[in-house]
Amino acid sequence: MLAMVYRGPYKVRVEEKDIPTVEHPNDAIVRVTLAAICGSDLHLYHGMMPDTRVGHTFGHEFIGVVEQVGSSVQNLKAGDRVMVPFNVYCGSCYFCARGLYSNCHNVNPNATAVGGIYGYSHTCGGYDGGQAEFVRVPFADVGPSVIPEWLDDEDALLCTDALATGYFGAQLGDIVEGDTVAVFGAGPVGLFAAKSAWFMGAGRVIVIDHLDYRLEKAREFAHAETFNFGKHKDIVLEMKRATGYLGADVVIDAVGAEADGNLLQHVTSAKLKLQGGSPVALNWAIDSVRKGGTISVMGAYGPMFSAVKFGDAMNKGLTLNMNQCPVKRQWPRLFEHIRDGHLKPNDIVTHRIPLEHVDEGYHMFSAKLDNMIKPVIVPTAS
Amino acid sequence: MTYTAQKPPLARSSEELRAEIPGWGVDLDPANRPAFPQERFDPGATGAHWDFPERQSSNGYRERSIEHEFLTPVFGTSVPLRGVSGAIRRLAYERFSEARAAHWLLLLAGDRVDAAESHLRSFATTRPDNPFTETGLRSEISHHGIASRRGRIDVRHQWMDPILVGGPWVLAGVAVVKIARRLARRGAHTPGA
Ligand SMILES: NC(=O)c1ccc[n+]([C@@H]2O[C@H](COP(=O)([O-])OP(=O)(O)OC[C@H]3O[C@@H](n4cnc5c(N)ncnc54)[C@H](O)[C@@H]3O)[C@@H](O)[C@H]2O)c1
Ligand SMILES: [Zn+2]
Ligand SMILES: [Zn+2]
Repeated sequence: MLAMVYRGPYKVRVEEKDIPTVEHPNDAIVRVTLAAICGSDLHLYHGMMPDTRVGHTFGHEFIGVVEQVGSSVQNLKAGDRVMVPFNVYCGSCYFCARGLYSNCHNVNPNATAVGGIYGYSHTCGGYDGGQAEFVRVPFADVGPSVIPEWLDDEDALLCTDALATGYFGAQLGDIVEGDTVAVFGAGPVGLFAAKSAWFMGAGRVIVIDHLDYRLEKAREFAHAETFNFGKHKDIVLEMKRATGYLGADVVIDAVGAEADGNLLQHVTSAKLKLQGGSPVALNWAIDSVRKGGTISVMGAYGPMFSAVKFGDAMNKGLTLNMNQCPVKRQWPRLFEHIRDGHLKPNDIVTHRIPLEHVDEGYHMFSAKLDNMIKPVIVPTAS
Repeated sequence: MTYTAQKPPLARSSEELRAEIPGWGVDLDPANRPAFPQERFDPGATGAHWDFPERQSSNGYRERSIEHEFLTPVFGTSVPLRGVSGAIRRLAYERFSEARAAHWLLLLAGDRVDAAESHLRSFATTRPDNPFTETGLRSEISHHGIASRRGRIDVRHQWMDPILVGGPWVLAGVAVVKIARRLARRGAHTPGA
């Protein structure tokens, strides 16, 4: 089969690989029909995530058709069209029993501080991902769901991470009616978080980025007010001015480890790997939320330390909520929102790229070329 | 007002927002929010029909964090440890918990060594690494590389990327030329050659 393969920082290519096999009785093998590149994949692509091995196949957003199932699988059969959450999880450990699917303890031998994620380095369990023609899906009775008849393929694909995560991010903001919600980052996660904030009754939604074309999308798709932090000397001060010097009630970090806006922070983390991640957006969040406010962190950071302004967070009495998204928990309610026409997920898809050109997909998404927001990868066999 | 008790007024009332924004307020009630509260004990909800999963068979060595009591019942089997990078990674896993910076710094070092080893190894295959095709640079031409970057602040550091990626290749090239020259010179001085 053809699969995307990592060759070292900033380098990927498509290779011929063996089709994965059933390695556990509850495994399924899925033939991928659509996959996507996520902002999280960029942390791998840039070599920031420890234990990312040459030869590893990325991809944690994918849908497909069940090709084969292991002997103990009861809920799926060959031929089923399935959507697969980005989390690999067992469904039975201490954490899964409490709904913390992204924190499963039975699927990642390499680390206890993070659960299992498809195609996301050995630090997240060493599972090959879905930017390939076939993928091994462990715990087939737990993670995947049959795609509802009425749901479009691209919408289902976006439910496997970006949409679920944005929706989750808004929920972790504990928004109450009339809250002013600021979202740092107008990528897929930020756009969906901004959109979802209205569902929870936000009175105002503000999105901050430095890419004008993404801010335009935030205004159009998420009905948000926008700020380009590249055009302001001090975005925190701008946020204070915009909120009558109170600060936002809720701030969502949808940027993560490669945040721009402070050259020193960016270079020491994204380029030199001296920090777990550049905390620029997180620090802006801490400083622009009001005292007693809530920060929801969806942006991903590496396992090493980062220079976070914790003193401000403490002195301001902030609540910080965060996690990798437990994706499947979001689905039933998200399906209702999509069905009721509150949002159309694939409005944010800008590019559809054949698997053979995955190298260009990564470069364009990383350098933000051609107004790219969300690239979908189309495998040959589909 | 911030300096008095009331919150600064909003431009639009809830009624206006409900009329203007699709889906406004449908999840106002926290009971409608699937992630609230984050932790909710419901072991029957997952589809798992086991107490503890059957164990995936592990043929051979599988590294694990020493913060785990045992190898997890299920694990990924992408790219097993190998070479010098494998030895470095193994050391990171066996000696240091995830709490120790040494654990992650060794893993990062293993990654850099892995990339170098793999590039070298690729030259002995029919498909050597190609830094031009693998970096997707062609899209710079086909997808408006210059126009896309106009007026952007991240150009301040994007110039570093080609140096980070290409630098080691250039250094390796220089080293190869130097060694070749030295060998050639030595050959020229060898009596009888
Ligand atoms: N928690 C989860 O479960 C989860 C799931 C998916 C993605 N993520 C993380 O969410 C983040 C966003 O993902 P994405 O797919 O939207 O990525 P993306 O790269 O498309 O978007 C990030 C955006 O942030 C902008 N940005 C950079 N620095 C900024 C700053 N200082 N302030 C404001 N904006 C800034 C960038 O211009 C870009 O538009 C990533 O860190 C990703 O790893 C987390
Ligand atoms: Zn993701
Ligand atoms: Zn579990």
